[in-house]
Amino acid sequence: MSEQHAVDHGAHHDHADVDRHVRVYVLVFVALLVLTVVTVAISYLDLPTGPAVALALFVALVKGSLVACFFMHLISEKKLILWVLALTVFMFLGVLLGPWITDLDQVKLFGT
Amino acid sequence: MTTAAIPYTVEPRPDTGLNNVKLGIWLFLASEVMLFGALFASYILLRVGAPPGTWPEGATILNVPLATLNTAVLISSSVTMVMAWASCMKRDLGKFRLYMGLTVLCGVGFLIIKAIEYGAKFQHHLLPSTNTFLAIYFTLTGLHALHVIGGMAVNAWFWGPGSKMWHTAHQQFTNRVETAGLFWHFVDLVWIFLFPILYLL
Repeated sequence: MSEQHAVDHGAHHDHADVDRHVRVYVLVFVALLVLTVVTVAISYLDLPTGPAVALALFVALVKGSLVACFFMHLISEKKLILWVLALTVFMFLGVLLGPWITDLDQVKLFGT
Repeated sequence: MTTAAIPYTVEPRPDTGLNNVKLGIWLFLASEVMLFGALFASYILLRVGAPPGTWPEGATILNVPLATLNTAVLISSSVTMVMAWASCMKRDLGKFRLYMGLTVLCGVGFLIIKAIEYGAKFQHHLLPSTNTFLAIYFTLTGLHALHVIGGMAVNAWFWGPGSKMWHTAHQQFTNRVETAGLFWHFVDLVWIFLFPILYLL
């Protein structure tokens, strides 16, 4: 009897948990829509290329993090997944920055 | 016991603390990061390497209002997807059907808007062969659209025939919906970066 009660209690707890999640999802949804407007608004400022790229990527990074942390539950995910992703980020940066090596002969080092 | 070909599809493996499905989808998404990463790197290299003043600003060629609308559509579909999963957790089949149906419809909406954009480009003879910017634009958005189609196929399956598992293996079904959701959110995430990079910068 008491065991059954514990199970029921657990189920109720789960439902309350899910409801809490849902409230967060709605907040994240609103934040994503606002940030989308911000992204477009920034592009109308006609900033120089450097700051424009930096700002646009920063906003995209914030939006992406919101999706990953809350919709993809990374904020409460097991360590192993986070390690897999840390390795992925490292490899991703390698792919992204690696091609610069082909351009190194164009770079002036030590004022030569 | 009859057969148990793939172990730990529902219960977590003691050593990883995860079921194999969860680890599997994340490893797959990691490989997807590398696929899109290589194309993002190509974009950067092509753009930086273009003779000064020749790289067009995306907004002068592409339709920013339609892409903004599409961003909102895809973000909305991510929310309905996660609500579909929450409905599984709360064992509310009606709501699950509603939210999963909306997710698929948002996918359809995204593809229709994308098709309108592509059609307008083709009409003005703006093709992948026209210039390097359009080549990388069609490659990146085309690959992304293929991912949308793939995700929609899986979501439609769980909305329809796949939902038979709702009553027979509810936990496994919930896990599958979560897994399909992880893929769908990833597709949303990729678009969040594609939108400013291609349309606004």
